[in-house]
Amino acid sequence: MRWCFGSVRLMLVLLLVGAGLGPAVPYGSGPGGATAAASTPGVLKIGLLAPTTGVAAAPGHDMINGWQLWWSQHGSTVAGVRIDTTYYDTASNPNTALTQVRRAIERDGVQLLIGPYLANEGLAIAPYAEQHRVPLFLPTVSADDLTQRKASPYVIKVAGWSSSLTTHPAGSWAYGKGYRTALTLGDAYAFAYESVGGFAQTFVEKGGRVVKQLWTPLGTTDFSPYLSQVRAAHPDMVFSCVVGADAVHFLQQWSSFGLKGEVPLVVQETVTDQSSIRTLPPDQVLGIIAFSHYAEGRDDATTQRFVSDYAAANHTLPSYMAAGFYTAAQWIQMAVRQVHGDVADQPKFLAAVRAVVLADSPFGPQRLDSYGAPVENVYVREVQRVPARYARYARTWNVVIKTYPNVSQFWTYSSQEYLKQPVYSNSFQGIAK
Amino acid sequence: MTFYAQNVLNGLAYGSLLFLIAAGFTLIFGLMRVVNIAQTAFFLVGAYAGLTLLHAGLSFWVAAVLAGVAVMVIGLVTYRVFLHRYRADELTALLLTLGVALVLDDGALAIWGGDPQSVPPPEGLASSIRIGSLVFPSYWLALIAMSLLIAAALRLVERRTMLGAVIRAGVDDEEMARGLGIDVDRAFYVVFAIGAFLAGAGGVLGGPITGAYPGLDGDLLPLAFAVIIIGGIGSLEGAYIGSLIIGLVSTFGKALFPELSYFTIFVPVAAIMALRPRGLLGRRR
Repeated sequence: MRWCFGSVRLMLVLLLVGAGLGPAVPYGSGPGGATAAASTPGVLKIGLLAPTTGVAAAPGHDMINGWQLWWSQHGSTVAGVRIDTTYYDTASNPNTALTQVRRAIERDGVQLLIGPYLANEGLAIAPYAEQHRVPLFLPTVSADDLTQRKASPYVIKVAGWSSSLTTHPAGSWAYGKGYRTALTLGDAYAFAYESVGGFAQTFVEKGGRVVKQLWTPLGTTDFSPYLSQVRAAHPDMVFSCVVGADAVHFLQQWSSFGLKGEVPLVVQETVTDQSSIRTLPPDQVLGIIAFSHYAEGRDDATTQRFVSDYAAANHTLPSYMAAGFYTAAQWIQMAVRQVHGDVADQPKFLAAVRAVVLADSPFGPQRLDSYGAPVENVYVREVQRVPARYARYARTWNVVIKTYPNVSQFWTYSSQEYLKQPVYSNSFQGIAK
Repeated sequence: MTFYAQNVLNGLAYGSLLFLIAAGFTLIFGLMRVVNIAQTAFFLVGAYAGLTLLHAGLSFWVAAVLAGVAVMVIGLVTYRVFLHRYRADELTALLLTLGVALVLDDGALAIWGGDPQSVPPPEGLASSIRIGSLVFPSYWLALIAMSLLIAAALRLVERRTMLGAVIRAGVDDEEMARGLGIDVDRAFYVVFAIGAFLAGAGGVLGGPITGAYPGLDGDLLPLAFAVIIIGGIGSLEGAYIGSLIIGLVSTFGKALFPELSYFTIFVPVAAIMALRPRGLLGRRR
């Protein structure tokens, strides 16, 4: 069977090669343009980075739909400046994202980048954008450090959030509910480390104890081995942060292994985001509590107008990615108006962006702190059935049950105090030893 | 005690799921020496197709069979148009199947979109069973039984039918089989069709566990390879035992050593490759 062993070895080598080469193939959709780096007067060239293929394709489409909805409603000329958007597919991959950013800046001469989706894509492109002095707006990338220890004048979380911004209140809330022990379950990557870290830090600070922390590989379909440990650990509650398809599997199995209703579950907003719950039967998701900067069921005129407009245009309810890009478009429009269309003066334009204050938006009130991160409401939200008017688009949605107003990325700490500790990671979960 | 019982069942269920993919994979590789990288893509397309049929109101089992047939057709067309010509050249065939997998991936994304979807189990099996403090979804138990039945049926075909004899002869010594006048080419078509059918129907049968989402095929492919390497190429019994082993090792590994999640499957694979390259039940040449 010598041929057999050789073939097996060969195919494994080929697979590794294929896996390594795959992401390097760019999926660009940008048009061939002049290599001008100078701006055309009266035009603001924006490069929108979103994954329209690959694992994060659905969020990518939400992002684009939210963006296009705003401009279709308000016109794409602001104070005499035409907003010209080119779309670049990041294929849910940091290498591809970087290739696309190079193309956008060097070949197509974009003046402003917005997106991408995944935290690792954002971290990959931020240094390059900074180096080339192209502003990078991040409505969906929530990596904590981009607006903390790695803050830069060019990187701004316009209409965005930070991973631990929404979860710091969760630890405090959980303790207030009477929970004293918690088990955490998160995807094994930066976003979840930060999200869980935020919860763990405040929960332990109040006096709670994190009995066990489980980290699952991205792409886990079978959570049963991890869920079996939940029962064995007997925690008062479980805090979870998983994303995308993992969230769908996790919620399904949480229910079918009998844990729903038995062990209280509190999650980061990606777990019960509309993009995850829309595909699941209601009884598997009803009643789950999440901490978030967005709730599509928030009882507020601005939010509901956005939700109904989005639903009419796209036949689904908007996720936070759609809301983020919609609000970012509003933000840019306001800044362009503020500088009377003089977008070529970059420092003035960026200052205007940082000075925007939204009294209300699909997220509620929003403004930026001096690091470029938003100060916004954090909602404790619960999954409930949709009202009749949305019944043809979805079965469940998230309704606000408590609001923490105007929360900053530093929670109740001073920025100097907070920045002394390292960013949350696999090895640092904020738990004072 | 509950912890071990729970994880044994988990492991068997996950292994049963893997067998649905690995069975077709090992048949195709064993007889045709074609590494069908598109096998998990067939599984994914089967899951999506089944989902569409379920939304159209068909019963779960009918949807599984029809999805299997649909994927079988795709498989046969792939084989006839692309693979048949390059069958003798293993490397080209492998790359072709990789290309097919990519095309199916993008096609599925275009047709069904990027949201992760859940495949609902059939109504009678949608609940969970409680035994003491052990709670287990009844569909997962049913899957263990179904997988065993499919394995038994395949083995019956392999051992007791003319087709099975032809396949075994072709796996053992293709040249000799041809020399004896056996129409090995036709057997190849049949095997590829069976492999594709199993993957397609498997997509629906396994759907309630895996769901359907872009990238599912990529997540399952290393596991399929691990099963084949451990069980031995060309051996159905090997595929079954390999699947259960991988299922159990993976589950207990994650449950006992969660920090080593990524390694638990590939340690046994590496061990087998070092100590017994033909796999547990692979045939010695």
